Amino acid sequence: MPPVHAALPSLAPLLPELILGIGVLVLILYGAWRGERSAESVSVGALILLLFALFAVLSQPAHGRVTTLSGAFVSDSFSKVMKSLVLLGSTAAILLSHDFFKRERIDRFEYPVLIVLCTIGMMVMVSANDLIALYLGLELQSLAAYVIAAFHRDDVRSTEAGLKYFVLGALSSGMLLYGSSLIYGFTGTVSFPGIVSALNDQAGAGIVLGIVFVAAGVCFKMSAVPFHMWTPDVYEGSPTPVTAFFAAAPKMAAVSMTVRLFIGALPDVTAIWQQIFVFVSIVSMALGSFAAIGQRSIKRLMAYSSIANIGYALIGLASGSQQGIEGLVLYMIIYLAMTLGTFAIILSLRRRDVMFESIEDLSGLSRTHPWLAFCLAAMMFSLAGIPPLAGFFAKFYVFAAAIKAGLVTLAVIGVVTSVVGAYYYLRIVKIMYFDEAKEPYERMAPGLRVVLALSSIVVILFVVIPDPLRAAAANAAKSLF
Amino acid sequence: MTAAAAFFYLFASLAVASGFMVIASRNPVASVLFLILAFVNAAGLFVLMGAEFLAMILVVVYVGAVAVLFLFVVMMLDVDFAELRQGFQQYLPIGALIGAIFLIELLLVVGSWTIDPGLVQAPLGTVASGENLTNAQALGRVIYTDYAYFFQIAGLILLVAMIGAIVLTLRDRPGVKRQNIAVQNARTQATAVETRKVPSRQGVEV
Repeated sequence: MPPVHAALPSLAPLLPELILGIGVLVLILYGAWRGERSAESVSVGALILLLFALFAVLSQPAHGRVTTLSGAFVSDSFSKVMKSLVLLGSTAAILLSHDFFKRERIDRFEYPVLIVLCTIGMMVMVSANDLIALYLGLELQSLAAYVIAAFHRDDVRSTEAGLKYFVLGALSSGMLLYGSSLIYGFTGTVSFPGIVSALNDQAGAGIVLGIVFVAAGVCFKMSAVPFHMWTPDVYEGSPTPVTAFFAAAPKMAAVSMTVRLFIGALPDVTAIWQQIFVFVSIVSMALGSFAAIGQRSIKRLMAYSSIANIGYALIGLASGSQQGIEGLVLYMIIYLAMTLGTFAIILSLRRRDVMFESIEDLSGLSRTHPWLAFCLAAMMFSLAGIPPLAGFFAKFYVFAAAIKAGLVTLAVIGVVTSVVGAYYYLRIVKIMYFDEAKEPYERMAPGLRVVLALSSIVVILFVVIPDPLRAAAANAAKSLF
Repeated sequence: MTAAAAFFYLFASLAVASGFMVIASRNPVASVLFLILAFVNAAGLFVLMGAEFLAMILVVVYVGAVAVLFLFVVMMLDVDFAELRQGFQQYLPIGALIGAIFLIELLLVVGSWTIDPGLVQAPLGTVASGENLTNAQALGRVIYTDYAYFFQIAGLILLVAMIGAIVLTLRDRPGVKRQNIAVQNARTQATAVETRKVPSRQGVEV
């Protein structure tokens, strides 16, 4: 047999992933060698790794599209923006967790290690240019997420959350895989550009079946209705910093994976998948808004809020246009800031080592902690979509894209559900400003302050300086069309 | 009858027979062992089809890992299968009725089923065909070259699985005496043995 010669593929676009991958192995070795005492230093190490990777992502060229590793990996301005968001979300997850885990006495070095491994999976998803890479990235991300959901292993709710997430997640991975195998079977290729040319503007019944299964799988990962059932339970049961992480970074990755798959591999059969996402978007917005009204736990409320937000973001995808994707990317940027800011405040509701998670515990926060109440009110007004905060513009751009794409009904339903949603967001503001004050909470941990300050800046100042974020979103969307 | 056909009938009939024994056997451990036999015979069928890599994987993964895991679970949980079958007689009539309905429906569906020719179209793209290579060679050619990226990520996934298992289950039990080989090796006669003169009828203090 003649020897096989293969040239080493270009690894330069892979630099952020390589930094994280090699760095995390060093962190594992260090943690295993130092034992339990190493939690703090491994956290710091993971933060440094994530920041280095962020720097590497940001220093990638702003334009152009590079594929490497036999076309399985693509790097363009869309991946640049989404990877930055993923890395920011993971960084925040470590910042938010530090104080909490220490007080709950579960500060073990595996948490930052798993977050970094999860981040690698998410970055692989964002850069996926073929079905195998997409699936492997998704599994790497999900498997790490199942473990950190159950990280508080002596807590029944946390282990239940981990198990529930694992069982339902495995089911959805199976659906995704089955859909992928159908698509592969009927096109003969797994690479996205290959699928585009093989389909040649027409899709038979087998392809449609594959698309439906794949859509079900990705909707589960994004926690879009009707595949959202796990979300409230997992969000409520997981340790709060883990919930913050789930609501932030993996959503970015799941949405970018969906965009890569449907815009990258199936752009010429838009008519088939557009109706799926119109439906998913409508029911997500409706269920997220109505089901959140009766919630008493803030974590459950945020779970429903995230379901509704995914519904709004999917309006951008359902439009199927460049403007729609631009709106979607901008929506995800602003959603990340709003979610992380809100969770930083939830994590600071602590008095004598007891965490408070009910909405009533916020009553009178404006008198005991005026700044905290102000920031939370800004987050809530923004989530409700009230101008001049960032959340208004996020919704504005996706609705505008939907109307331009002729989906007027979808936009109208979106506006109506956001009015319904405004009720429960504003109820929180009312409880903070007009209800009886309670005992003050403890001082915020420094990590929480950093996250809250940065996200408040984005949410409040977006109206003044929208251009950098808008330009990034526009650039990202342009690279896909 | 050629040798290949003879082996096919041997493997196939053994696979079906052991598959039947899996559900018919009273002893769960015997069931798992019959399951292993069924897997091995299926691997033999794969070899006859020229898919020797798949056959090896079937033996390694299903016999080596999955079936042994089943065996562990069956042996450790001590499930009383006789008790599980208690309600069998009671639910037999309704179960048989539902089964019969399903069978009739299936026959109706399959009997009138024509497959849409548009559904079973040939793959649109071309699937690469190798020269005269064995399965393992053909896989080996691509797995470390074209698919090195996937191979590495699969490695990371296994690493996460390992870390996850340790994080969720490993506990430090206080008060457990563990073997410390370094201390054992550092023992010499001088540190381990002490010679004393024992005075008669007085003893020594230890």
